Amino acid sequence: MVELSNIRKSFGKLPVLNGVSMNIAGGKIVTREIFVNGQNIKDNPVYRHLIGYLPQTTRFPENLSVREFLRMIEDVRMAKGKSGELLSLFALDRFLNKSLRNLSGGTRQKVNVVLSLMFYPSVYIMDEPTVGLDPVSRVRFKELLKKEKENGKTLLLVTHLLSEAEELADEIVFLMDGYICYHGDPKVLMAEQKENTLEKAIAGMMEVSTQNSNPNINSR
Amino acid sequence: MLKIFKYSFYDVLRSRWTIIYFLFFFISTLSLLYLSNNLSKAITSLMNIILTIIPLISMIFGVMHYYNSRDFIDLLLSQPVKRKEVFIGQYLGLSISLAAGFLLGILIPFLFYGLSVSVDVWNFAVLAAAGVFLTFIFVALSFFISLLNDDKIKGFGIAILTWLYLAVLYDGMILLVFVSFNEYPLETPALIFTLLNPIDLSRVMVLLQLDISALMGYTGAVFNKFFGTTGGMVLSMASMLIWIILLLIGINKVSSKKDF
Repeated sequence: MVELSNIRKSFGKLPVLNGVSMNIAGGKIVTREIFVNGQNIKDNPVYRHLIGYLPQTTRFPENLSVREFLRMIEDVRMAKGKSGELLSLFALDRFLNKSLRNLSGGTRQKVNVVLSLMFYPSVYIMDEPTVGLDPVSRVRFKELLKKEKENGKTLLLVTHLLSEAEELADEIVFLMDGYICYHGDPKVLMAEQKENTLEKAIAGMMEVSTQNSNPNINSR
Repeated sequence: MLKIFKYSFYDVLRSRWTIIYFLFFFISTLSLLYLSNNLSKAITSLMNIILTIIPLISMIFGVMHYYNSRDFIDLLLSQPVKRKEVFIGQYLGLSISLAAGFLLGILIPFLFYGLSVSVDVWNFAVLAAAGVFLTFIFVALSFFISLLNDDKIKGFGIAILTWLYLAVLYDGMILLVFVSFNEYPLETPALIFTLLNPIDLSRVMVLLQLDISALMGYTGAVFNKFFGTTGGMVLSMASMLIWIILLLIGINKVSSKKDF
């Protein structure tokens, strides 16, 4: 469903992805724990109809209202989004006519979430989607993601919350210094490390690899 | 492109900075008209304000707008639209709303005052056109500069220095060159130097229309001598259009290759 091959990205002189390759099958949630994140966009706009992207930052045009902003993205995608249910699910109805400048960070993040979900695309790319969400919305959002996963959608989640990764992901990709440190089933990793949380399992794995002078990092 | 333009136009038009920009032109035009009580004089003074302020504000607005919408641009780039449309749409949204603020700001006081159906209408129209051209050129220049610089402070600094260079230093440097080479025929270099600076171009355009030879300076006089009033006007307008087109091509080139 999603294939990355030899992706490189650097911010200025700082490389953050050093030739990362991976395959993600449909109907799975994959999370990446990374220290810096980057993504690749080719100049062929049509395939982006398949993608719902949730950016990490929520600095949208300040003087547009929520309604106008959602309509703008609908116009740009030339598709009608199913925003009605989502808006009431995240209690955004009463903000529809407020301009984005006057919304709190959490509310903006909810707008961001609605925006990425409302077209029900086949691939989701979400960068720290739950940051700033209140507990109720967070639970509802995760439910939605699980439902979408059951519908066979591909979800690529970038998160630093390992509890979230453990709860949602079928497969994790752990990146460090631009290289893949671990790619696989989180349950397998937890079993291997004999830990009951993903956080501890990853910490355990990291300790071992630092003791072995970190072959992953020095291999290239 | 039109879709992005439409929403970005709404967005910028409602920004309080656009309103302040409008009020600035409104108040200065109104006071110039009522203090000088003379249309031609007011137009000349207004010209000097326009030639300095529009490039400066367009440059600052452009740079600020670009860096403020960086995250939003990322979001738009993840949507099924071409890069070209994203940037040109944003560019048109910003320049047209700034141009609208400026036009309304000078038009309303003139209408209040009573723009008599005389030669002044044309003077006014040419002045307004010069302002609009400058807005489009300097917003494009600011987008170009910010696209080339991811560092906000650096982009801002380069934009301000470019403005300072074109608005203030350029004429002084040309004068220095002309004084040093005054034994040589300087008509052609003078023409070329004028074409290379949009602020000079618009000054020449307005002064040719106002027909004030005392203010025209050397380059204006050369323009007048070579092309006459009409020819000079056409040439200066065409050159400003070329400026806009070249900058837009530059924006397209840089944005299509840029790694966001």
